[in-house]
Amino acid sequence: MTTPRVGVVTFPGSLDDADALRAVDVMGGDGVPLWYAEHDLRGVDAVILPGGFSYGDYLRAGAIAARASIMSEIRAFADRGGPVLGICNGFQILCEAGLLPGALIRNRSLRFVCRTIHLRVETLQTPFTEDLVPGEVLDLPVKHGEGQFVATPEQLELIENEGLVAFRYCSQAGEVDQMWNPNGSTNGVAGVRSRDGNVLGLMPHPEHAVDPDLGPTGGQALFASLLSRALARA
Amino acid sequence: MSRFSFEVLVTLKHGLADPQGKAVEEALPALGWTNVSEVRVGKHIRLTLEAPDEPAARIQVDEMAERLLSNPVIEEFRVMDVERA
Repeated sequence: MTTPRVGVVTFPGSLDDADALRAVDVMGGDGVPLWYAEHDLRGVDAVILPGGFSYGDYLRAGAIAARASIMSEIRAFADRGGPVLGICNGFQILCEAGLLPGALIRNRSLRFVCRTIHLRVETLQTPFTEDLVPGEVLDLPVKHGEGQFVATPEQLELIENEGLVAFRYCSQAGEVDQMWNPNGSTNGVAGVRSRDGNVLGLMPHPEHAVDPDLGPTGGQALFASLLSRALARA
Repeated sequence: MSRFSFEVLVTLKHGLADPQGKAVEEALPALGWTNVSEVRVGKHIRLTLEAPDEPAARIQVDEMAERLLSNPVIEEFRVMDVERA
């Protein structure tokens, strides 16, 4: 049986690349390290842009990394329908690269948030959520200072009308309310997908939530779904 | 080819909440200034480039401001001519 190969890109200042590689391995895939300055995806079946502070968040979070060498390959891979997942800083990079709509700005509270949150699954139309249940609530950690999702009025209309919201912050029971929103994101948006569904970005960290010894395990379902879709491409 | 210097001023779009501006605004009364409102924090980028003439230089700066120096989803920018370096 073929093992799906999932590439994880390391940029200068990436922090969660090792955790993402480990999460892929723990969930039964083969994590493949990728380097930002190269033009080589090493034939992987899916790509993860991990969390961290690429380029020290200079200019804007994700702005410089979005123009790194490997991004032209990732853009072409995404155009061919390849699954691309951006987590936290990776989500910021995908927005800056124009692969996802919207932008992420300073948390409304001005405070860095670091805690476990609840997340409601809004769409199954991504390789990462296909095996989930609509309305299902996942527990995942967040840890960010610039996670407030915003978009232009036109983008917001598109995002909501076409069901591009992948996840919203919610209560344990799944109700969406400002009270459960850790960063002031518009409409409680925690993650969005591309129109074709193969590109997904989210602020919470599924890669930190696959091992029951280390906290919540809400990330397992996302990785399992990704690996089964990636296997179909392998 | 001549050298041209520009200043690019990047600000958050109107209507978009500016948490940094708000924090500054809320700190001012502690120093006795209680009459300040609408504080907005932006970025100031200064750069020099070589170009055949000023119009060509300005076109390039506008393009750089659109494609990297600012994010059109959340920001606006203004380019100001500084001097012929």
